[in-house]
Amino acid sequence: MRDRLFRWRWELFLSAILVVVFFVNISLSPFYLGEQNFVNMFQLSIEKLIVVVVMTFVIINGEIDLSVASVMGFSACVLAGLHDAGGVPFEVAVVIAILAGTAAGLLQGSFVAFMGLPSLVVTLAGLIGFRGAARIIVEDNAIGDFPEWFDRIGQDPLVGRFSLAFILFLVGIVLAGIILHKTAFGRSVYVIGNNANVARYSGINVARDKLIIMTASGTAAGIAGVLFAARLGTIRGDLATGFELDIITMVLLGGVSIFGGSGTIVGVALAILIVLNIRNGLGLANYDQNTQLGVIGALLILSVLVPNLVGRLAARRRVVGPDQGSPPAASRHGGGDTPQQEPELRPAQH
Amino acid sequence: MTAVLRLRPERLRELSLIVVIALAVLLFSFLIDDYLTGSFFNRITTSVAITAVLAAGQTIVILTRNIDLSVGSVVGVTAYLTGEYLQSHPDTAPVLAVAIAVSIGAGLGLINGALVAYGRVPSIIVTLGTLAIYRTWLINHAEAKTITADSLPDWLIELPNSTLVSIGDLDIRTVVAAVVVLILCLQVMLANLKWGRWVYAVGSNPDAASQAGLPVNRVVLGAFVASGALAGLAGFMFLSRFGTITVVAGSGLELQSVAAAVVGGVNIFGGSGTLFGALLGAVLINLLDQSLLRVPGLSEFWRDAVLGALILIAVSVDFVLGKRLGRLQVSRARREPSAGVPPQQGAASDA
Repeated sequence: MRDRLFRWRWELFLSAILVVVFFVNISLSPFYLGEQNFVNMFQLSIEKLIVVVVMTFVIINGEIDLSVASVMGFSACVLAGLHDAGGVPFEVAVVIAILAGTAAGLLQGSFVAFMGLPSLVVTLAGLIGFRGAARIIVEDNAIGDFPEWFDRIGQDPLVGRFSLAFILFLVGIVLAGIILHKTAFGRSVYVIGNNANVARYSGINVARDKLIIMTASGTAAGIAGVLFAARLGTIRGDLATGFELDIITMVLLGGVSIFGGSGTIVGVALAILIVLNIRNGLGLANYDQNTQLGVIGALLILSVLVPNLVGRLAARRRVVGPDQGSPPAASRHGGGDTPQQEPELRPAQH
Repeated sequence: MTAVLRLRPERLRELSLIVVIALAVLLFSFLIDDYLTGSFFNRITTSVAITAVLAAGQTIVILTRNIDLSVGSVVGVTAYLTGEYLQSHPDTAPVLAVAIAVSIGAGLGLINGALVAYGRVPSIIVTLGTLAIYRTWLINHAEAKTITADSLPDWLIELPNSTLVSIGDLDIRTVVAAVVVLILCLQVMLANLKWGRWVYAVGSNPDAASQAGLPVNRVVLGAFVASGALAGLAGFMFLSRFGTITVVAGSGLELQSVAAAVVGGVNIFGGSGTLFGALLGAVLINLLDQSLLRVPGLSEFWRDAVLGALILIAVSVDFVLGKRLGRLQVSRARREPSAGVPPQQGAASDA
């Protein structure tokens, strides 16, 4: 029981923060506790959340995708370009736009998977390059006048109070949880993130898995870009600029180690709730977007700093105290799935 | 061929960059009428100066196996605060103004470095966070006010146009010359001083460096302070070049600095690369930046797409060549062990 609590300590910590944020928000604004506010809270950043789900895989796998916001802009601009040029039905244009995201992910993924280039550099190039590609397509124009059904998808609820994007997100995160925690592929994502060489020697096709994940990341960004365009009603070249900060923050706050190999979907889901509620609370208390961004940035740093300091203090006490045999208190990077992974791996190596 | 093989990989990278830059200039001179003029040379060198200073700081940080994504915000904060100070104290000596900018930058770098070195937070997280925090602070501090050129002292506005020497119609700007001298000095220090070698050692293998008794934390802290200080200097140059400073000044420069370093052959995993390479990377990026605008049939919108592709190509070519070269050196060394590079050293150039 203690072990289990220890393993989920980051998620417990996040839950505690969430409860605090919840009560602070209630005291800050009478409008916080309303069904409409909660729906709005999700609706205002639902596209980011879709990308967050796949980004969790990318980072656990030991990589990073800085290009997601630019790919969102790129696929939206592909849609805008096709719509503007005419010639293809809008439905086809939507599919092509999403596939453009897939292609972007595939391109970057092949550099990472087959050439072994660091994803930080490849996706940095993607961050600059795909934004550039988006600009080439739409230049300085704002393109709108989409078919009515497209605007409706973005703005109106599909089932009950939930929009298509929200349903996609919910289905996505549940599926992601199952894939990551219950399937062989999910296990291999952790193993690769922990140690790609060990994964290779245990017979995991590292290149293929990395390619699949980077492609999925591009596809998710493509879908998110199109959905964002549907919600906004117009597409400009700077669509979704800077979203990568928010997206990566949510994943890392969720307890996913930037070095790969650990983290859970539950943690990421809690982190999403925390970030959304903090932003919402700050908004209701009349703090502008800019201040919200600063708070998120501080949260990102604190989410790693605090556990590190606590861990180090605990380790110091443990060395002095009688309980010397217990494992050293690793930072939360060691948490999540790491402890049980080692024994599982060893038989496979021989 | 053997002469080329005897070169150290860094030298080879720098050499190939110079060739690429020369080819680019040649290509553009065919595409653009009146390309090779004095005024164009000036425009490029002035814009290179800021990127090069930032790229130098970024390189020092990357060498220690870290990254500094906050430099754009540091440039914005230092440019704005220095401008604000000069507005209220117009009689400030130029040296003091530079010192103010550099120390503000160094202070912000100190915050980054302390969090990375002593807080044990990965640098990408720290600097992604401070990128947002520094900018937020600036926006709240500025309250939508803009620093304008006419409120700044005259010497500051005239600084970018002051010329050290003219060769024909090529003017070597004072600022540009100062930057080149600064970077070469830093390069010599990095390559020869104890502190400089520590930077490489920490980046090549942090565990080994700490086992060898090097003050790893202090080296990392120092690298971030240096990057911050150089970003502060770049902020001062930004202020003098543009005169008008809004709250978004300098945003996006962090990407340019990383791009310049990476194109310049600095290994993103630390431990290898030179400041001179980063300078060449900055030259190439700015050359494309300024030239693409003028190619008939291309719009300015092509700039970023080309830059992205360039980074990808530079890194891939570097990677493939590095591997090939390493293998060649190893096999050559095996054939003639007395003359060649020791095998380990050849293999190390893989990185």
